[in-house]
Amino acid sequence: MTSEPSVVEVTLESDLKNLEVAEEIVRRVAGTAGFGEESEHQIEMAVHESMINAIWHGNKNDASKRVWLRFEIYKDRLEIRIRDQGIGFNINDVPNPCSGENLLKVSGRGIFLIRTFMDEFHVKYLPGSGTEVTLVKRIDPAHQPKQGGTDREHESHNSTS
Amino acid sequence: MSMKATIRQVDSVVVVDISGRITLGEGCAQLRELIRDQLTKGNKRVLLNLADVTYIDSSGIGELVSAYTAVSNQGGQLKLLNLTKKVHDLLQITKLYTVFDIHDDEAKAISSFQKP
Repeated sequence: MTSEPSVVEVTLESDLKNLEVAEEIVRRVAGTAGFGEESEHQIEMAVHESMINAIWHGNKNDASKRVWLRFEIYKDRLEIRIRDQGIGFNINDVPNPCSGENLLKVSGRGIFLIRTFMDEFHVKYLPGSGTEVTLVKRIDPAHQPKQGGTDREHESHNSTS
Repeated sequence: MSMKATIRQVDSVVVVDISGRITLGEGCAQLRELIRDQLTKGNKRVLLNLADVTYIDSSGIGELVSAYTAVSNQGGQLKLLNLTKKVHDLLQITKLYTVFDIHDDEAKAISSFQKP
């Protein structure tokens, strides 16, 4: 038997000032889903980094564009979809920020943190409507943070650079 | 809550007490400006006290790296003091924990700087 998820949907202007708005919503949703404080912070950071990617890279900091957030709370997991109006990116082009030559680079850690903090991370380019990332966190009291992602990641579907 | 920074001089070391958020935008820009300002004044021994940092994102971590590199390139030293668990964990995850000289005792941190 599958139960319908509880759904929260928000549309935000593509503006960095809305990061804190999104974080507040995430905290409430994650609390409702039953995550502990540490997992809640990890989800908050993953959404924060995804929002930055959406606003900064996807929508090119154009405040006339929008970012859509959709939270689906299932019994065993929280699924979060974040969609922008950009043309997507190829996740395979994102270098490992922990490798020696990248360690002292100023940028390039956002995707790495998302993959570390979430159980699944998908990127999908939707022709004509933007790029959607999906973040999944399983609801497990014994959940421990991963170090740098695992084989549970399912990388991009139809992603594009 | 945006970032706030208070600067004090202890011996030859500039101690920067940072509170709030070091995130993309204002927080990162403030930190960048602050480090640039100190280097312009010739202050090359900098201790960032992060005890009251409530939130840091990937851009904030990048800004710490940038500050470290900028000070090091001028022949100075930048160290970190009093990491919160969240900041500590992020530096561990990103493998930067071994890059920075990190302290949890201010007096010991001050005495660890090379004398001018």
